[in-house]
Amino acid sequence: MADIIVSDLVKTHPGGRRPATDHISLHIPDGEFLVLVGPSGCGKTTLLRMVAGLETPDAGTIHIRGRDVTHLSARQRNVSMVFQSYAIFPHMRVRANIGFGLMLHKVPKDEINRRVARAAELLNLTDVLDRHPAQLSGGQRQRVAVARAIAVDADVLLMDEPLSNLDALLRLQFRSELKKIVNQLGTTTIYVTHDQAEAMSLGDRVAVLRDGRIAQIGPPIEVYDRPADQFVGGFLGSPPMNFLPATVESGAGQARVLVGTQRLAAPGQLTGFAGRPVSVGIRAENINVSDTARDGALAAQVEVVEPTGSAVLLTVQLDGIQLKVQTPPSFATQPGKPVWLTIDPKHMRFYDPDTALALEVAA
Amino acid sequence: MTPADTPAPHKPARAGRGRGARWRAVGVQLACLAVTAFMFAPVYLVALAALSTPESLNRFPLSLLPTDVSVETMASFLTMGGVLPAFVNSLIVGVGTLVLSVLIGLPAGYALARYVFAGRDAYQLFMLLTRALPIVVLSVPLAQLFLTTGLYDTTYAVILLHTALALPTTVLITSAVFVGVPRDQEEAAQIFGATPVQAFVRVVLPQALPGIAAAGLFTFVTSWNEVLGAAILTLDRRTLPAQVLSTLGASPLTYRFAGGFALIVPALVFVALMRKYLLSMWGTTLR
Amino acid sequence: MTTATTTTTRRRRPPVPVLLLIPSVVFMTALFLWPLVVGIGQAFLGEDGPTLEFVRRMVDDPHFWPSVGNTLLLLVVLIPLQFAFALAMALLLRAKPRFSQVYFYLWVVPLAVSDLCAGLVWLAVFTDQGYLNSLLDLLGLPTYPWLSFASYPTMFLAVLVAELWRATSLVLVIVVAGMQSIPRDYEEAAEVFGATFWQRLRHVLLPQLRPSLQVALILRTILALQTFAVAQALTGRDFPLLVGETYQWYNLLQNPNVSAVLALVVLALSMGTAVVYLRVLRDRTSTEARP
Repeated sequence: MADIIVSDLVKTHPGGRRPATDHISLHIPDGEFLVLVGPSGCGKTTLLRMVAGLETPDAGTIHIRGRDVTHLSARQRNVSMVFQSYAIFPHMRVRANIGFGLMLHKVPKDEINRRVARAAELLNLTDVLDRHPAQLSGGQRQRVAVARAIAVDADVLLMDEPLSNLDALLRLQFRSELKKIVNQLGTTTIYVTHDQAEAMSLGDRVAVLRDGRIAQIGPPIEVYDRPADQFVGGFLGSPPMNFLPATVESGAGQARVLVGTQRLAAPGQLTGFAGRPVSVGIRAENINVSDTARDGALAAQVEVVEPTGSAVLLTVQLDGIQLKVQTPPSFATQPGKPVWLTIDPKHMRFYDPDTALALEVAA
Repeated sequence: MTPADTPAPHKPARAGRGRGARWRAVGVQLACLAVTAFMFAPVYLVALAALSTPESLNRFPLSLLPTDVSVETMASFLTMGGVLPAFVNSLIVGVGTLVLSVLIGLPAGYALARYVFAGRDAYQLFMLLTRALPIVVLSVPLAQLFLTTGLYDTTYAVILLHTALALPTTVLITSAVFVGVPRDQEEAAQIFGATPVQAFVRVVLPQALPGIAAAGLFTFVTSWNEVLGAAILTLDRRTLPAQVLSTLGASPLTYRFAGGFALIVPALVFVALMRKYLLSMWGTTLR
Repeated sequence: MTTATTTTTRRRRPPVPVLLLIPSVVFMTALFLWPLVVGIGQAFLGEDGPTLEFVRRMVDDPHFWPSVGNTLLLLVVLIPLQFAFALAMALLLRAKPRFSQVYFYLWVVPLAVSDLCAGLVWLAVFTDQGYLNSLLDLLGLPTYPWLSFASYPTMFLAVLVAELWRATSLVLVIVVAGMQSIPRDYEEAAEVFGATFWQRLRHVLLPQLRPSLQVALILRTILALQTFAVAQALTGRDFPLLVGETYQWYNLLQNPNVSAVLALVVLALSMGTAVVYLRVLRDRTSTEARP
């Protein structure tokens, strides 16, 4: 079917100081679900709109299914899109909304009816087909927007923060539904979101964008587990990855890092960095906590205790450094109490404190 | 805490002066009635005058209640020479102005609503200036220009002048109307295969139509009300206000009352029709 | 090759808004700028070159200076009254009395009334055998020739009342719309902190209404300068106004040149007031809040 190749795409909005996308290149194989994630203003929506044909790049090319579409208008690209605002037409009934694209493509009437019915069924809209959008709930409008997008036979499905206007519960519900539907269709999909949890749960691959560039791209677990830089580690995951300023020490063939005044065992490969300052990245769930002193553990003090139900999130103070630590719900402690932290060296990630880039430490 | 402990912050003060609040409400009502008397009494009185018999208007004091209701005064006004043709001229000019200003103003309003382009601010300033330019400044030279081009004393001349008068507001209103139709919808239409023209006709226009109709009505009333330019640009083909104005000095009082009433009726209809748009149009768009 | 296609699409893009704007620009230029130039010619060009003859004739006319005086007097009295009245009406509506919807619609009826029509409407009230004198007579009070040439103050009053009646509703709509966009929270917060009604008006409401009132003030003033048919309908030429004089010179005295000079005087006054407003309003923007 359809793959997408984006090469060296540059776009500066009129009046913008920095480029919204700064030489972005991407290859999205056929059938992949790619999520573009990043903070607002990182260029993810601009990139999506350029693929859609709603904006023209200053430089670079876009190929869909091997065809250069860079200068084609949106309607010539055979793409389909779900808008953040839904953009369903208030003056048309749901039926006409879903069938809009088919109608414009002069698909025969009974074929339109059949495909509208199928899309409506997939999205539980069969009962509201003859209503106007004003009579629908927010969640239903969202479904209409998705139904309209999947009713046409597009090469590419584009979604611009489609869930951001739903309330939290609906969002979670619809997220899994959306994943199922898109999987069934098998259409190449680009999905834009600023919500890292959405990115993790939906994408075959995740591209984290920052300042118009791709900071890291890869399968969600890999990006989560091995952030290419501190920004990605801080952006993906809740709570964000902890970063501890430390200094590498080595002795007797063993590597250790000095955090504050305390020492912590580190992977042996780190010996090459002896004497250098590093930033140690560690996820909250990879820190073990104990309320009794232990050999080789870091002593810290509890500042805040936040039970989340499935776990307890602790904010602890370690020689002036703040850390987020996740413990099982059974762990009982109070602000002001001492705790001892142990960290398995295999979960540690190391970053250059100046460039914030990951250090090449073979694990 | 019980609900009584946590009233909305402003409640205690209000509860504490319950009687004061009631007197205040009475005062507000009285003030409202007084204002209403001032704003509406003249409308009532001119209607009363125009719908009384000519004889009763010669009596003094005039009755303040409708005692001698008749259409005689209005009928004699309408059958007076030049009034009915002027009425027709007013309609022609009003509709002509409406059509022309929407034809020219709508594309401009759309451009302002949808595009960012060099010269946008300059254009808007130009439109603001034309709104501020007194129409009298145009009327006199236009009369000369129209005399040389053979347009003088035609309804076309008045249509052109009134369109010039109404165009800046038409552009403003239509632009506000188009801003009200999210750009996303137009983009969605294009994504799903519509040409820009199809997207406009199928998606934008149906939603903008009520607003455009309001703009058209506004234009019509602007034209209907305009006196000076119409009086200067025409001799025989006068609009109703121009006709009333030019015969003012030589006409009896009953004629003037009837003229006032004939001119105010469309205004009443207009305000009734435009209820929904009053605030958004005059209040924000045109201020 | 890529750059070539880029430039062609770029070159194709800008014309869209330009094409949409061209008709209106052409039309407005033809009907505004051109007449303006012609008008200046009419005013200052005689049969043999530039001349001030028409200016002299205008100034020598006994009606000219009174008309300037009347126009400015009307402006100075009318505009503050109109804004104060509209503000008071809007505050009444904001107090949410019963029937406030009905009141609002009754109060904005004059919105679509022309100044000629307003003059005729109030003529029914003020004329010698009109409704005001009828009312006075019914109450056993002496009647008065309100519109008589000999009674300048009442003549002025009649014109003022008629214009106030007609134009206030326009300002009212602007003020009400402006107030709607101000959340009541601010006032309630101010009330919680003990602000009196006048303090709330002065420090909370008025500053926030300011942006909506500024443009309104300029446009209303310029429109007030163009008033003439009200006075024409009420008093004939007894209460001359500048634009009325333009009409007189053109229609009755058949002199388009003097008429053009008068029109330029109106234009100069309009621009003058606009400039003054912009100055004054801008200077106070950051600190003071008086509409």
